[in-house]
Amino acid sequence: MKKSSIKIGIGLWILLALISCRKDEVIFLSSTKTVAQPASEGNIEGFYLLNEGNMGMNRASIDVFNYRTGAYTTDIYSERNPTVVKELGDVGNDIKIYGNKVYAVINCSNKVEVIDKWTAKRIAKIDIPNCRYVTFYKGKAYVSSYSGPVAINPNAEIGFVAEIDTATLEIKRKVTVGYQPEQMVVTNGKLYVANSGGYRVPNYDRTVSVIDLESFTEIKKIDVGINLYGMQIDSRGDIYVSSRGDYYGTPSNLFVIDSKTDEKKMSLDLPVLGMCLVDDLLYFYSVEWSYLTNSNKIAYGILDTKTKKIISDKIITDGTDKKIMIPYGLQVHPETKEIYITDAQNYVVTGYIYCFTPDGRLKWKTTAGNIPAHFAFIYKN
Amino acid sequence: MYNKKRTRLILFLTIVPLVLHAQARRDTVSADSIKTLKNVIINAKPFQEVIPVQSLSGKQLENLASHNVADALRYFAGTQIKDYGGLGGLKTVDVRNMGTHHVGVFYDGIQLGNAQNGVTDLGKYSLDDMEALTMYNGQKSEIFQSAKDFASASTIYMKTKRPVFEDHKQTNLLLRYKTMSVNYHDPSFRLEQKLGDKVSLSLSSEYIRSNGQYQFRYKRNNQDGTVAYDTTATRQNSDIKALRIESGLYGKIDKGSWDAKVYYYDSKRGAPGAIVENKFADGYRQNDQSFFTQAFFVKDFTEKYKFQARAKYAYDDTRYIARDTTSILGETVTEGAQSDDSYYQHEMYVSVVNMYSILPIWDVSLSADFQYNRLDATRRGIQTQFSFPQRYTALFSLASSLRLGKFKVLGSVLGTQVTEQVRYNAKAPDKTEFTPALFIGYTPFKQNDLTLRAFAKRIFRMPTFNDLYYTMVGSSTLRPEYMNQYDVGFNYAVPVENGFLDKFSIQADAYYTHTKDKIVAAPTGNLFRWMMTNMGQVRGKGIESVINMGTHISKLNLAANLTYTYSESRDYTKFVGLEMSSYGDQIPYAPWHSGSAILNAGYGSWNLNYSFIYVGKRYNGNVNNIKVNEVQPWYTHDLSAQKSFTVNHYRLKGTIELNNALNQHYEVIYNYPMPGRTFKFIISMEL
Repeated sequence: MKKSSIKIGIGLWILLALISCRKDEVIFLSSTKTVAQPASEGNIEGFYLLNEGNMGMNRASIDVFNYRTGAYTTDIYSERNPTVVKELGDVGNDIKIYGNKVYAVINCSNKVEVIDKWTAKRIAKIDIPNCRYVTFYKGKAYVSSYSGPVAINPNAEIGFVAEIDTATLEIKRKVTVGYQPEQMVVTNGKLYVANSGGYRVPNYDRTVSVIDLESFTEIKKIDVGINLYGMQIDSRGDIYVSSRGDYYGTPSNLFVIDSKTDEKKMSLDLPVLGMCLVDDLLYFYSVEWSYLTNSNKIAYGILDTKTKKIISDKIITDGTDKKIMIPYGLQVHPETKEIYITDAQNYVVTGYIYCFTPDGRLKWKTTAGNIPAHFAFIYKN
Repeated sequence: MYNKKRTRLILFLTIVPLVLHAQARRDTVSADSIKTLKNVIINAKPFQEVIPVQSLSGKQLENLASHNVADALRYFAGTQIKDYGGLGGLKTVDVRNMGTHHVGVFYDGIQLGNAQNGVTDLGKYSLDDMEALTMYNGQKSEIFQSAKDFASASTIYMKTKRPVFEDHKQTNLLLRYKTMSVNYHDPSFRLEQKLGDKVSLSLSSEYIRSNGQYQFRYKRNNQDGTVAYDTTATRQNSDIKALRIESGLYGKIDKGSWDAKVYYYDSKRGAPGAIVENKFADGYRQNDQSFFTQAFFVKDFTEKYKFQARAKYAYDDTRYIARDTTSILGETVTEGAQSDDSYYQHEMYVSVVNMYSILPIWDVSLSADFQYNRLDATRRGIQTQFSFPQRYTALFSLASSLRLGKFKVLGSVLGTQVTEQVRYNAKAPDKTEFTPALFIGYTPFKQNDLTLRAFAKRIFRMPTFNDLYYTMVGSSTLRPEYMNQYDVGFNYAVPVENGFLDKFSIQADAYYTHTKDKIVAAPTGNLFRWMMTNMGQVRGKGIESVINMGTHISKLNLAANLTYTYSESRDYTKFVGLEMSSYGDQIPYAPWHSGSAILNAGYGSWNLNYSFIYVGKRYNGNVNNIKVNEVQPWYTHDLSAQKSFTVNHYRLKGTIELNNALNQHYEVIYNYPMPGRTFKFIISMEL
């Protein structure tokens, strides 16, 4: 009995010893899957998808889809930039392409990562604390940030927008805007910034800041609605601003600002969380928490920006929408009008990207990263 | 190089028991000499325990190169410590992957509570004044206990030292000083005074100060084996200043005893954050002040009737400050979200326990506990109304134990009634719960120390105040989270009268757990906004084993304790009827394989201790069991050597410790690096 017990003990120890191997860590590797038929037409070569990654996990990642091959590759950054310590960073918040450079705004790593459009290799890292979104105008990049002057009240800091020269990649100027600024649009030498005031619950900000880009000063604050977030501009100069509402009495909404008068001109009484404008059509979705069912009410729709009327209360027509837990990213291919929707799941686990035909039928679906969210189309030069 | 390490490890791990085994065959003569099992490390208790139990006490605790309760608990099979690293980092315990909230932690018989978030930071509790640490799966194996003792899925008991006076001594004084290679200073004292035949007093205090700065390293290779990056940096914001003062009065009465305690803890520390790209330091601070006073009374009023009473008042004040700043274009600006929040908790608790022996083989007990909790807060700059919740909890337990020949049966029913009040916002509805437990022990052979055991227990945990009332996140409609736990196991003390070993015992348990209505955060349209819901569902199973042996070769005492745990805990949570991409995957930070070893050698005034901990591959908080979410195994080797001497009637003891001897750069929680190799020196003097 004793001998066998000892043998059991030894056995356990050998087992332990065998499974205990600790290996050298290798950089994060990409993986490629063919998800679509190769397509040769058009000016768009593919797109980058930024996965936000949960806070503290340092798992922001970039996927790339190649139209020419139909291949979807996840997590390319580490492979292309093996020497960057701790990879892309913590919480990706926006990605856009300007010229030959890709700008990825990495919120909790307090930086804008600038990579080459074709190789995805690092060109520069621009330090901007608590940065949120980026937009471009005449050789300059504008980055919104929650950071502000230190005040006694922890939630009194007023955010700013930084101006970056896209040639030198240096921060040139900054301008103070409203509380916790989010998305921006530019037209006619003016920058419009949606101020959320998200840190100041329940006293949200309710303004859009209008910045004159020449003097880089705030020339006006347009009173729009609480908790502003998304922004799109149509070809007639109408700016669409979404409000997240307060999650209680005030629902999510969509407002229209006339950029000629810089006045709010309409409230469309439409819940909108994410949106994408292509030609004259605004595709949108909303997710609203219901206290009654302890679940989310999810809605999709398409708005005609000429008439400001909803022309469809569906984007997905084949029932696939029932399988999407939390729609998070929404993008429409400017040429083919194919629709991309990401599913963030519960924000913790790996998400999915769905591709739909222009009439809303599932074309392909694949696994993305953690919180797949933001798209940037790669145009031919 | 790693292969070499691995080979060495295998050799080492296999040789130790082999050596013991070989010696066992050779040397059988001296076995019948005096069996002084001072160094037996983790005690597997005899038959009266029908519940899996593991315990560390006295000398064993002293010899272990561990200084706080969290570090010592790592040696128990089935426990996992969530350690955020550093001296100021949070350390919590999880048993059988059921979650921190399902572990009841008791300090001298009364539970340590945290109604706000349910988290007990075990890094705060020093081992200096600890007599024993005991962990039970299910509950303590007796019925003469308070209703709260029945109210957790697992329980951990910290028992502090009681004064013991040798000969005619009236006073014991112990002075101690510890220092470490990370700028660590820790002076402490303990005074014990006899106040009469039946009453004694203890007073102890400890002050810890450290800048907490240690080196950590991140290294990754390219696929071809060349180095991609290799960075070493210093952990910032992990400093601590902490003061603990503790005093106890201990009394004996006719057929009973009483004690009373006061405990005060004050600390200012950095709460080190995740190490992420472009941010290797942050400045989140935490200030704590805890105070509690408690009393306990037990008396056998008659042969058949026994009585216990206990009472406690606790006050906790915790302040969290996030004030990181940086500069841009020469201007100082805030970095992350700012906050400056203080939380104040009050707890009052009383309990009475009655036990009556109906027959010599049949006992029944009835316990009634009442607890009051209150949470107040001041949160600078936050303009939503804080709820200011108060909770009244009444617990009743009816338990019985029956010994029938080779069987021992123990059953209990716990009734819980919870009522809450809030000053603002919606309050949670009243709750009434009844939860049963049944334990059976069986000793098949008279001549043989083998016990078979089985239990089934249903228990729940209440949603915390944060779950219910946290602004924008809490949901007052939450129900309790239920835990069903089943266990079968055995404990066998192998007869070794004529063998080389003085002691050889083995215990093993297999368990199954099912968490229903698990409280988890559900996603909403906004990433920064979650709703607490009861949608979680986890099923776990596992095997735990403990082998314990001791021997001596003339004056050399040897002891070894080995544990191995296999655990599986899979997440079957569905959200609106949809399976998550991680459906059926192992839950975060639950290793499949883990184990520990403690080897101890004592020779006269010398003592050598080696301890080893292994935690296997697991997945991080991103849940999906895929390569990118994998967290490497870690294993640490700790060594300590102690020598006692006597100088002019003063007893002195010196200790040298080496923690993480192979300087492994590991993480328990992803992006929270742990310290590498550290040296520690301790000198203590008894007057």
